[in-house]
This record gives sequence, C-alpha cells and structure tokens, in this order.
Amino acid sequence: MKLKLVVMASTLAIVAGCSGGSAPPASEGAGGAAPAAGGGAQINGAGATFPNPIYSKWFAEYNKLHPGVRINYQPLGSGAGIRQLTSRTVFFGASDQPMKDEQLQAAPGRILHFPTVLGAVVPIYNLPEVSQQLKFTGPLLADIVLGKVKKWNDPAIAKLNAGVKLPTTDITFVHRSEGSGTTFIFADYLGKVSPDFKSTVGVDASLKWPVGVGGKGNEGVSGLVQQTPGSLGYVELVYALQNKIAVGSVQNSTAAFVVPSVASVTAAAAGAAANMPPDFRVSITNAPGADAYPIASFTWILLYDDPPDKAQAATMKEFMRWALSDGQKMAPELGYASLPPQVVAMEMKALEQLKVQ
Amino acid sequence: MLPRPRNARTDELIFRAGTGAFAILLIGIVLAIGAALVKESRLSIIHFGWSFWQTDVWDPVAGEFGARPFIWGTLYSSVLALLISTPIALGIAIFISELAPASMRRPLVFLTELLAAIPSIVYGLWGIFVLVPAVRQLQIATPEWLRSVPLFSGPPLGVGMLSAALILAIMVIPFSSSVAREVLKAVPQSQREGAYALGATRWEAIRMALFYARTGIVGAIMLGFGRALGETMAVTMVIGNNPQISASLYAPQYTMAAVLANEFAEATNDLYLHALVEIGMVLFIMTLIINVISRMFIWSMGRQTRPRRVPVHAPARSAA
Amino acid sequence: MTRNQWRRAVSHAIIVLCGLSVIIALIPLALVLFYVVAQGITSLNLSFFTEMPKPVGEVGGGMANAMVGSIIVTLLGAMFAIPVGIMSGVYAAEYTGTRMASAVRFAADTLNGVPSIVIGVFIYSIAVLPVRRFSALAGGLALGVMMIPLIMRTTEELLLLVPATLREGALALGATRARAVFTVVVPAALPGILTGILLALARIAGETAPLLFTALNNRFFSTDVRQPISTLTVQVFIYATAPYQDWHRQAWAGALVLVTMVLVCSLLARVATARMEKLQRGA
Repeated sequence: MKLKLVVMASTLAIVAGCSGGSAPPASEGAGGAAPAAGGGAQINGAGATFPNPIYSKWFAEYNKLHPGVRINYQPLGSGAGIRQLTSRTVFFGASDQPMKDEQLQAAPGRILHFPTVLGAVVPIYNLPEVSQQLKFTGPLLADIVLGKVKKWNDPAIAKLNAGVKLPTTDITFVHRSEGSGTTFIFADYLGKVSPDFKSTVGVDASLKWPVGVGGKGNEGVSGLVQQTPGSLGYVELVYALQNKIAVGSVQNSTAAFVVPSVASVTAAAAGAAANMPPDFRVSITNAPGADAYPIASFTWILLYDDPPDKAQAATMKEFMRWALSDGQKMAPELGYASLPPQVVAMEMKALEQLKVQ
Repeated sequence: MLPRPRNARTDELIFRAGTGAFAILLIGIVLAIGAALVKESRLSIIHFGWSFWQTDVWDPVAGEFGARPFIWGTLYSSVLALLISTPIALGIAIFISELAPASMRRPLVFLTELLAAIPSIVYGLWGIFVLVPAVRQLQIATPEWLRSVPLFSGPPLGVGMLSAALILAIMVIPFSSSVAREVLKAVPQSQREGAYALGATRWEAIRMALFYARTGIVGAIMLGFGRALGETMAVTMVIGNNPQISASLYAPQYTMAAVLANEFAEATNDLYLHALVEIGMVLFIMTLIINVISRMFIWSMGRQTRPRRVPVHAPARSAA
Repeated sequence: MTRNQWRRAVSHAIIVLCGLSVIIALIPLALVLFYVVAQGITSLNLSFFTEMPKPVGEVGGGMANAMVGSIIVTLLGAMFAIPVGIMSGVYAAEYTGTRMASAVRFAADTLNGVPSIVIGVFIYSIAVLPVRRFSALAGGLALGVMMIPLIMRTTEELLLLVPATLREGALALGATRARAVFTVVVPAALPGILTGILLALARIAGETAPLLFTALNNRFFSTDVRQPISTLTVQVFIYATAPYQDWHRQAWAGALVLVTMVLVCSLLARVATARMEKLQRGA
C-alpha cells in the first residue's frame, strides 16, 4: 500500500515535469518588474514583427553596455502592441503604421511616436523561365491585385519589360492572411497610385483581397511564392534579401524604376524629412526623389509621455537616445535603412517631452 | 487529518461535495468562457444580428462581417479529417490492444504518442514545405475528366481543403487511437473468452469488444473531433486562408479558428474585434451543438443493456 | 464459400486492414520526424542548451531560458489541471446518470473544442488585464484549462470500465466511499488515467497561441512566475517566422528539443505505468 503510494506519487512527479523555478515575490508595476532604484528593472514592450530583428539586437547590445537594464520586446503584431499599450500591460509599443486619431483618443494618456528605422515592402515573384529583373508600376500592381491583369504575358506587363519572354501562366497573387503592418504599407502605396484600389479594397492592416491566396506571415508568403511557379507576392525587403527570391523593381514618383535596397529606402525618408509633422505620424510611400523607392515606411516605438513608473521612463529615454545615435549604425547590415540625420535631430528634441520625474 | 466521519451518510456527503466542487469548477470555467465570448462580441451581435450567420462577406475595411465561409471551412475540414482519421485510429487501437504480440505493443504505443508530441507549428511548417508541394503534384496529376467534377476543381495551388484535412487527420489520429486503445484494454478478458468459447472468429470477438466499449469509443472520436475543430496553427499554414465557400478539395478556404488567430492581434477598431470574438462564439456554439448530437447518439446506443452503476447510498433519484 | 469460410476470410481481411492502418499512420510520423531531425540536429550543440537567445548576426545563442520556462509553465498547468480533471472525472463516474454528471461531461467536451486562442484571450481577460501584467502564472492557467477536458474524460471513461465488483468489495469490507474510490477503484484505472494526463501534456506542449497573450515571452532568463516567461513554443514560433536562416535553424533545433522532452516524459511515465501494473497483478 505504501509502496503503491510512493510509486504513484513519483510517477505523477515525473509526469508533471522535473525541476521548476521558485517564485520570488515581485510587486505590482505597469508592465514591469519591481524597479530597483536606478536600474535592475525589466521593461516589457510588444508590437510589430517587422523590426523585431533590429530591436532584439539593440536591446541585447544595450544590455551589454548597461547590465542592469533588461528590455524585453515581443513581436505580437502592430495592432496587438497598440492594444497592450492602451491597456497598460506593457510599457511601450511598436507599430508599422501610426496610430489613428480614434486610437490615440482611446488611450488613457498621451502617446508619443518615435520612428526608429525604415523598411520597405517589395514585390516578389516566381518565374523560373525569366532571368531578368521584372519592372512594375504602381497601377500595374494594383491591377494585378484587383484581378484585372490575370496572366504574366499580359500586354501591360510586356510593355514595361520589353525583350523579356513572359510565360502564359496565370498570376497567382499571394497576400497576407492575417492583418499586418506590411499589408498596410503596401495598401497605402497602392491606394495612392490607384484610385480604383482605394475604392474597391481600401487601406488598412487587414483587407478583403479580391483574388489570391493568403500566406501566414512574411515567411508564409515568401514560402508560398517560392513553392508556386507563376506567383506574385509582397514581403518586407529583409525577407526577400535573406531568402534570395526574385524581386521586382518599382516605378517611383519621378518615373524611374528603382530597385529596392537599403540605400533607396533611406533616399525615400530623406525626401520626407522636409515635411515631417511634429508628431512623426507620416506616410512616406510614393515619396519624392529620383532615387527613392516608392514602397517604404517608418516603423515607430510608442511611449506614454507621462508614465506612472518614472524610473522605467528614464531608462527608456536613455535607451532611445542610444538607439537613435549608436543604434542606427547596426541597421544596414540587418537589412534596415537608418534614419536620415534631420529626423534624428527632430526626435532627440521630441524625447524631452517624455517626463522622467 | 479530518476526524473519521461518524456515519456513512456524512462520509458520502463529504465525498460528493469534495469531488462535486471540482466538477462545478469545470462547469463554471466553461460558462465563464461562454459569457466572456458573448460579452466581448455584443457590438457585433447588435450590429449584424442574424445576418452574421448568413453573410459571406468578410471585409474589415468596409466593416462588413459574415461568418458563413468560416463555418463551412471548419465543418468541411473537421468532418473530412474525422472521416480519414477514425478508421485509421480505430485500426491502430484494435491492432495494439487485440492483435499485436506483447513485445510489439509498447513500441507501437510509443510511436503513436510520438505523433501527438509534435507541436502544431511543426506540423504547419512541415505542411508548407513537404505536404503542400506533394498535394500540388497530386493536383497537377489529376486527370482532366476528374477535374471537371466540383470536388476536384480549381487551379493546382497545393494549399487548400485537402491539405488542411490531411494535416488535421494526422494530428487527430493519436488522440482518438490512444483513448480507444485504453478503452478496449479495459474490456474484461472474460468477455472475449466467452466469445471465443462460442466459436467467434478474431474479428467477431473484436466486434464484441468494440460494442462493449462503444460509448468509450464514441468518446474517443468526439475528443478527436474537438481537437480538429479547435486546431489553429497547422491549419492556417496550409489551408490558403481565403474566405470562400467551395465544395472543391483543392480550393483555398478558411476556418473559424484560423481567422481568429490570424486577425486578432491586428484588429484595432472595436467592431472588428467584436466580430472576431463573435466568430469565436459561433465556434463555441457549434461545439455545443455537435456535443448534443453525439450525446443523443450515445444515449440511443446506450439504451441496450449496459451495466449501470448504481450509487451505493442512492437516495431517491430526484436528489441529483 | 461456406459461411464459416466467409467469416474467417472477413476476419483475416480486417486484421490486415488494422495492420495497414498502423503503417499508414506511421508514414507521416516518419516523414515529419525525419524532417524535424534533419533540420534541427545540426544546430544542437552545448551552447544551445546553456545560452540565451542572441540577436541576429551573432553566432551561437540558445534557448536555455525557453526550456526552463516551458517546464515551469507546464508544471503550473499540470498542478491546476490534474486535480480538477481527476476529481471531476471521479464525480462524473461515481454519480453517472445524474444530471450534474451529464452536465460535467458536456462541459468537458465543449471545453475540448474551444480553440487555444480563445482560451488564451479568455485567460488574458481574467488574469492579465486586471493586474496589468503578463505572467507565467497566467500562461500556466491557460495551459491548465486546455488540459482539463482530456484528463477528465479519460478518467471518467476508465473508471466506468472498472468492474463494479471491485468497488462493492471494498465497500462491503467497511471502507468509506472516499476510501473505496481512491484506494481501490482509481488505482485500478490508474494506467489509463496516466495516459490521459500524458495526452493532455502532449496536447499543450506544442501550443503557442494560448501563451502569446498570457505568458508573453522573455528574452532574459527568469523563473519568476509573476513575470513574462520564455517558452520553447513561442520562441520557436518567433524564430521560425523570421527571415534569418540562422534563426530558422535554431527554431528547428528548438522544435526537436520540444518533441524530445515530451517523448522522454512519456517514456518515463510508461515505465512507471508498467511497474504499477506489475504491482497490481502481484498485490
């Protein structure tokens, strides 16, 4: 009888798993651990998936420089980041699209936007017979997405790509199945160059696409495109570069065909810096400038101007200063474009609004 | 330790109250989930009413939402998965519990449980890189005359209902078969010996055991069905995520769990959020309805002789 | 063909079909396992088990915090689910036929069909939002809720299959109801109940969605249950959906570790079950 109990107990213990940590008590705090005076706090943030690689690099590097500072960022998605920030379950949020006025009003405090890096959305395709880089225009992309241009050898495509032997296959458009900042940026651009797209589909993170299949995440779309001959999709530049998929060039506002790259994205931001609004909520798709890539965008970190936890606010302020200066140097090697100096200067001034006492 | 109860009635009460408390907790959790679902979807319920269940449109920008394509996709994929997996799961359960030599039993059980140990995201990734291309090859190889049948129509994309049903079936098999196996194992050996004594073949003895354990077997299938209804990750990676109603196995479609998982994180305006939660509520209600149906099924099966457990200190039946 | 020949032929055919179904089920298992191992084995090294995640571009890095976190969260879930599941299963089996027992059964089956993300969001609304923080406790709660139906239903079904004579004998010897059930009936069904627990563990071991909005994730090492915690599934999910090949390889390594961990627990429990069955037969 006793032996049975022992066997049962040990079995349950094995089954439930070994070890496990103890739980040192921690006190309440908006989205963070008990702040020790002057450091040792863990700050939690959530938001867009797109900048996750560069943010993880930044937070790791910053942790090396300041061992007491632990900033934990999780890529739940732009919308989720905004929601968590509004509910105050995280200290900061991150988003690929600026918050809308209604969202700002719904928040319990004033939220500041700080652009951190730039990214681009690029058209990718899978045509094994075609070795040259295809050229696209905004209106053409819109027509493909609306289902008006159905085949690869359509005259609209052939006109732009003289000398390329285009196959007769149908175009399979691959979009994002879930809502995302990437979709928003792509739709924002298409909405600017195609009134038809704007009225039929609209501009938002989640859209009702007239045609096509949905892939989950950037990697889902690139995976599907890589597997499906004759397909066309849109992904963040980083994914196209890393997976070595065929990327198309897009015509910008000066009628030049620009190949997406870190340099052409920075050029797009430089053009926008002149007209930057003070709250940094701006769209730079179809930006002016001969070298500008037209489907580019900022990504923002979102902070309350007057958070209850002042120690964490001070830490974040210092971190942002570092990210906007030293951090920018790490961006290009990871496939992100760094901010133009004029924008950085404006942001440093705007950081003063973050109250730390 | 509690003082030893003085009489059987107290002891019965403590036992009933003790275990009953946990039962009430379980029921409470389910009720709370249902209540939360209704509360968080009230905007959408008020706005759309019954048309939510009848509309095919899912347009976040225009603010038009309808659940029908998702209901269709969920039912179609789950029923298909069940059709594919149940015979296989039962076959495995029968093989392991009745037919296999003792030495093979443990490794086979281990292998079946291995299928359950694989995380759904791994199934999803394997689906994208291995299953979907294979299904695409199958679609390309489908002869023309078969393609004209609505069941097999559509361009060869690979992603679609067939891939989703196959992945779901693979994921469901270990659950149904494990429970069925345990249930078969618990059938008393005397029953089998009786059957053989009466001259039954192997299969006939097995059939008798299946009959004896029939409610358990249906329970096993139901567990598998529940698993299929709620599966999110693996399905969304291979089903194509297109909210359309199509009879074709090859067409990309969409399930309720998938759309909820995909769009929940990014939904920012309240109506959108509430519409998504309402989809969750629809799924919840569907699970309830399927439960009721299967219960009626079991009840009609159980009407034949089945040893009924009579609670020892059973007062009049009214004191439930 | 005589009737007996026909019966025998049918019997043989069914036996062959059963064997075939085993093979059919094992094919995708082999394919998936082969794929996971092929993708993940090359990235498994000592640093994977001892280091924290490193940012992109830096060689190495591991998932030590995620492994510990997964164990903690699973343990929390099991601590919640096992008592609730077994006790409600006992109730439903002992008072089978009453309306309450039917209600519990119905509730468990319904809970089983609720998608993991709905459970995650539900727990978010009751365990994260009110206290304004993500925590391992909330994650454990979400996983526990998912485990309950499987444990409860298998417990109940197996208790019902224990011959009534066992219980009646214990009661006839003067045992209280509780003692009869817990020292005679439940141990008789224990191997099967353990299978239910194992199935439940396997079910939640691979879940990501319920953890995303409850335990969040954590780049750093943490065992504090009131803070966000890293888990293998979420970490694998984040890595797998990133553009970097290095992270992909680590994701596969993580997936391989996850599968292995579930398997090892399953194996250990099976060994313990076998020992228990031997004890039962001997006792």
